[in-house]
Amino acid sequence: MPKRDNLRSVFLNGVLTENPIFRLVLGTCPAIAVTTSTMNGIGMGLAATFVLLGSNVVISMLRNFIPSKVRIPAFIVVICTFVTIIQLLMQAYVPSLYDALGIFLPLIVVNCIILARAEAFASKNGVFASAVDALGMGLGFTLALIVIGGAREILGAGTFLGFNLLGAGFEPVLLMILPPGGFIVYGLSLGIINAIANRRSKRAITGKEGVQA
Amino acid sequence: MRLNEVGIFLFFVSCALVNNFIFSRFLGNCPYLGVSNKLSTATGMGIAVTFVMGLSSLFAYIVYTYVLVPLDLKYLDTISFILIIAALVQFVEMFMRKSLPALYSALGIYLPLITTNCAVLGVTLVNMKEGYNLIESVLSGVFGALGFLLAIVLMAGIRERLELSDIPESFKGFPICLIIAGMMSLAFFGFQGLVK
Repeated sequence: MPKRDNLRSVFLNGVLTENPIFRLVLGTCPAIAVTTSTMNGIGMGLAATFVLLGSNVVISMLRNFIPSKVRIPAFIVVICTFVTIIQLLMQAYVPSLYDALGIFLPLIVVNCIILARAEAFASKNGVFASAVDALGMGLGFTLALIVIGGAREILGAGTFLGFNLLGAGFEPVLLMILPPGGFIVYGLSLGIINAIANRRSKRAITGKEGVQA
Repeated sequence: MRLNEVGIFLFFVSCALVNNFIFSRFLGNCPYLGVSNKLSTATGMGIAVTFVMGLSSLFAYIVYTYVLVPLDLKYLDTISFILIIAALVQFVEMFMRKSLPALYSALGIYLPLITTNCAVLGVTLVNMKEGYNLIESVLSGVFGALGFLLAIVLMAGIRERLELSDIPESFKGFPICLIIAGMMSLAFFGFQGLVK
C-alpha cells in the first residue's frame, strides 16, 4: 500500500508536473478541436477522465493476467469498452453535449494519454494508486481544456460559459473560434507556460547556488 | 458531399484540402507534430498513413455494412473499427517485411505508430456518419490521407528552415509549431470557397 505522500505526488504529477496537454503534449487533437467553448472543454475533459479512471482501474486489476505480448490490444479493448459506455450515457442524458463533441467522443479511444497511462502506470501499479493517477491526469487534462477553451471563448465570442463578459462594445475575434485560433491559442499558452517553468527552474538553481555560497 | 454529384476532382478537393484532416478536422495531430522534424521521415509517415487509411476505410465499410448493421450491433462500431485497424497495421507490417523489404525498412518504425493515429479511426467514423458507399469510403480514406501527407510535408519543410532561425527560448519546439500550424490552417481556409 503506497504511503499518503506518495499518492499526493502521484495526483499532483498529473495535474502539474506532467500535465498531459501542457507538459507532455499528448492528446492534442481534442485540445484543439472541442475547445471552441469552455463548456465543451469541460465536457470533453470529464468524459476523458471517466474513461481514464475506468480503464486504469480495470487494467491495474488485470495487470497480472494480461500476457505482455498482447497487452496493447487488450488495453485498447478495455479503453474502448469505457468509451462506448460514456458514449451511450451522454447520448441518453446530455444529447446537446454529445452532438457538440461529435466524432471526438469515440476518438477518446485513440487519445494517447489514456493508452500512455495504461502502459506507463496502471500496468505496473496497484488499483488505488492507478485510480489516483487517473484522477490527477484527468483533472490536469480538464484544466488545460478549460484554459484553452476559456481563452478562445472570451476572445472569440466575448463570453465565458455563456455569460457575456466583455459587454456590447467588444468586437469578437471570430478567428479564435475557427480552427486556426485553436492552434494559435494552444501554441501561445504552451509557450507562456514554458516561459514560467523556465524562469522557475532558473530561480531554483540560483537559489541553491546562493545557499551554497 | 456525394461522389456522383460532384465528380472525382471536387471530391478530392473536398477531402484533401477543404476538410483537411489536420487543419479543419483536427485529426492526427500527434504524428503531425511528432514526426515532422525531417522531410524524409515526414514523407515516409505520410505514405504509410495513406496506405493504412485506404485499407482500413475499405475493411471498416465491409464490416459495418455486412456484419454490424444486419446483426443490429451498431453501437459496437468504435470497438470493431479500432480492432480492424490494429489487426490491419499488424498484417501490413508482416506482409511488407516478407515481400517488400525495401519499403518496410523505409516505413518500419512508423507502421506500429499508425494504430494510435486518430486520423485513421477518424476517417472510418466520418465515412460511416456521412453514409458513404464502398467507393466513396475508400476514396475519402486515400484522399484524406493525401491531404495529411501534404500538410506534414509542408510542415517538415518549414521546420527544417526553422532550425536556423532565432526563436525565443520558451517557444522552441511545440509552441512555435502550433502557431505555424495555425497560420497554415488560416491559409487552407482559402480553399473553403471551392466546394460548397
